[in-house]
Amino acid sequence: MIEEAVISRTLGAALRTGGDFAEIFVEDKRSSSALLDDGKVEELTSGRDRGAGIRVVVGDTTGFAHTADLTEPGLAAAAEAAAAAARGGGGGTRPIDLTRQSAPSPNVIEIYPGDVPKARKVELLTRADEVARQQGGAISQVSASYGDSRRRILVANSDGLLAADDQVKTFFAVSCVATGDTGMQTGRESVGHTVGFELFDMYDIDELAARAAHRALTKLSARPAPSGQMPVVIGSGGGGVLFHEACGHGLEADLVGKSASVFKGRVGELVASPTVTIVDDGTMAREWGAFSIDDEGHPAQRNVLIENGILTDYMWDLLRARKEGRQSSGNGRRQSYQHLPMVRMTNTYLLGGPDDPDEIVASTDKGVYVKHLGGGQVNTATGDFVFGMTEAYLIENGEITEPLREGNLIGNGPEVLTRIDALAGDFAMGPPGTCGKDGQGVPVGDGVPTLRVSSLTVGGTAA
Amino acid sequence: MSDALLDIGDRVVAMAAPGEQVEAVVSRGRDTEIKAYDGEIESLSSAQSQGVGIRVIADGRQGFAYAATFDDEVLAETLVEARDNAGFATPDEFLGLAEPDGVAVAELHLFSEALESFPTDAKVELAIELERAVRAADPRISGIESAEYVDVMAEGAIVSTTGIRTMGRETACYVMTYAMAADGDEVQTGFGFSVGREPGELDVAHAAAQASDRATRMLGAIKPPSERLRVVLDPWVTAQFLGILAYTLDGEAVLKGRSLFAERLGDEVASPLITLVDDPTDPQAFTATETDGEGLATRRNVLIEGGVLKLFVQNAYSARRSGTVSTGSAVRGGFKSTPGVGCMATSLLPGTATQAELVASVGDGLLVQDVAGLHSGVNPISGDFSTGAEGLRIRGGELAEPVREFTIASTLQKMLKGVTAVGNDLEWLPMSASGVSLVIDEVTISGV
Repeated sequence: MIEEAVISRTLGAALRTGGDFAEIFVEDKRSSSALLDDGKVEELTSGRDRGAGIRVVVGDTTGFAHTADLTEPGLAAAAEAAAAAARGGGGGTRPIDLTRQSAPSPNVIEIYPGDVPKARKVELLTRADEVARQQGGAISQVSASYGDSRRRILVANSDGLLAADDQVKTFFAVSCVATGDTGMQTGRESVGHTVGFELFDMYDIDELAARAAHRALTKLSARPAPSGQMPVVIGSGGGGVLFHEACGHGLEADLVGKSASVFKGRVGELVASPTVTIVDDGTMAREWGAFSIDDEGHPAQRNVLIENGILTDYMWDLLRARKEGRQSSGNGRRQSYQHLPMVRMTNTYLLGGPDDPDEIVASTDKGVYVKHLGGGQVNTATGDFVFGMTEAYLIENGEITEPLREGNLIGNGPEVLTRIDALAGDFAMGPPGTCGKDGQGVPVGDGVPTLRVSSLTVGGTAA
Repeated sequence: MSDALLDIGDRVVAMAAPGEQVEAVVSRGRDTEIKAYDGEIESLSSAQSQGVGIRVIADGRQGFAYAATFDDEVLAETLVEARDNAGFATPDEFLGLAEPDGVAVAELHLFSEALESFPTDAKVELAIELERAVRAADPRISGIESAEYVDVMAEGAIVSTTGIRTMGRETACYVMTYAMAADGDEVQTGFGFSVGREPGELDVAHAAAQASDRATRMLGAIKPPSERLRVVLDPWVTAQFLGILAYTLDGEAVLKGRSLFAERLGDEVASPLITLVDDPTDPQAFTATETDGEGLATRRNVLIEGGVLKLFVQNAYSARRSGTVSTGSAVRGGFKSTPGVGCMATSLLPGTATQAELVASVGDGLLVQDVAGLHSGVNPISGDFSTGAEGLRIRGGELAEPVREFTIASTLQKMLKGVTAVGNDLEWLPMSASGVSLVIDEVTISGV
């Protein structure tokens, strides 16, 4: 994207005022999307985002500036702005020798979406609309969206690192509204992977559309969710967000460093049921949160966060790792060249256990079975978290019975980890997610086997 | 400066082919974000961003493309891409750009020269001062999750083949902090902020005290029993509630069968105490703006009056399809998207009682100071409402023990009907709604 010599000179300029570390992150992202709503293909959008972010670190202070002007004078101006922000003691230029480093790609892209005719993408939308509407007369509205992106990044820093990545992602979602005597209900299904147009060889659009429609239809006869504490069974693949919220965020080294995590100072301690092993894995082929290098140029890694209930390590980005004199764990990510990187998850999941999924339900006298969780939120300092149930059922006498209306579940991270009393062997990854932190969104994946939490608070309205 | 943006818009529109409508949205902005930690600058970001979004409507079809540079070659390529995209859309007779409607643009003076000339060092000092003030506010403050100063200067122009040619510029800034308070092993958090058009309007001491109070008053919080209670929503919580309610009053959601209030115009949908206004021409609103996302003048729209549903907000498309006129409510997520419909600055008509008087009148209930998980636990289409919450129990008309890790649940429909009092403590917040204390009956608390 930019000549090596220009990068080297830009880094040199960034350190002119005496910074300890300088980095340039260049991004060239092309994206396209198409939206069908209300029976019409409403619009196709294409966009290109291209620019560079430069940061300079002096002591504990980071200066950052970005520019869409990738000429050498444009980069020099950004470098100067970042350096001025960090305000070092003055140092003079030093040459930066860059060494190109390579990291394995999580998988090979088979069909670049940019090579696929737009008409083919539009066909997928109209097909999803048609199939969803065929599922029942009560389906009153359907929207379907397609999106793809190709994000090429280049990272170089004053330690001599030079690395690049080419990240291709493809996404598809269907949302339905069903209308009945009880009002309206919604159902949504989405798939997204770090793959090209071969996404549609991995998934059947008809099946996806039908599932979204049935989720909405089922809820038309749903009763209000119960309220209060009870056992909650989470279905395979449907609830990885629980661990993303309940412990993932609390294991991010930046929050730990500010004492804003209930997991601070607990490495080596038993923090979960001994059956629990939680992994964050950026190398996971084809998953939504996969990449070959993170946004600081560090190769993706598979990091075991909790092993057999014992907290093994936090997740690290370059800055936090430097401070502790250790290596980054490949978790330094940013939304775009306009943002500073910070510690972020990739694909976070809970490994399977010895139990049988049917047996887990059968041995639950009264509780809730959550087939699908929506988004969530956590306060890492207290560990309190919430997440929404988008498809849930009542468990009565060991059987899944009536569907429930939507509601939130609430709990406390460290408590929930110790309350996992059953784990099945049917691990599956869930739908693609966007994790928000400090105003930045990044793509993440999650996964779980069927499991049971002995007690969680269900936030419904029924007594 | 702004003339340059209009000029770019003119250049795009001049390239329109015969018979096609073309609209260019051109924007440019400069942001500063400073985070303080331990008395030092943790990070200082200064960012300039710019871009152009081009919409083409030809033969009843719409296409869109955007780019982040303004070279003639890029503008031409982006227009071609938008035109090409239009070819794949379904024809829709109601599509069309906004047309000038004669409504005068309010002069709101949303740009502050004082912010433009405010030195970076002084901004840094505000962030550091904020952190210092929070730490000093109470001995139980154990840490700071964040203390930051943020400002934004933005200017934009919209030019179209239908005769729209507007520009505007705005400034805004805020300080915001998340503080932690500790007692033994227990940690609680609280936030505080202050917003303005320029740094001189920021009240750092207020933000610090607010964060400290919110965190320390939660110390010792317990999980409450599950029961039905009358609740008082803090202005901060009410504002978030209004943000969700706004979705149900969006003319596009109504057209597409996604609003629970479709077919309800003229009906009593809320308590008679509820009058909801969307007024982006109120310069006090953080999100005040002179023109909407299609270049029409913004205006004061009364959506619910005395509990009766009066109006849905509309953009040019939703209005044309509903057989009405735009309410100047086209909203855009920057230059990268086509205009949707939405409320921009909603507020409830305030009542006469202070929050303390409302608490006294409730007798037995719960003050909700914060909610979590609104995006996952509230469905504006079905109306199902369930969110995580924390707050203080109200006993004998006074604030009593703090409570946490519970949910409040109801439906949007029931909550609107259940409002028994509106406070006088109207507060503009850094979002598209203002807050005011609100008393609501019969809300389900799920705890132990």
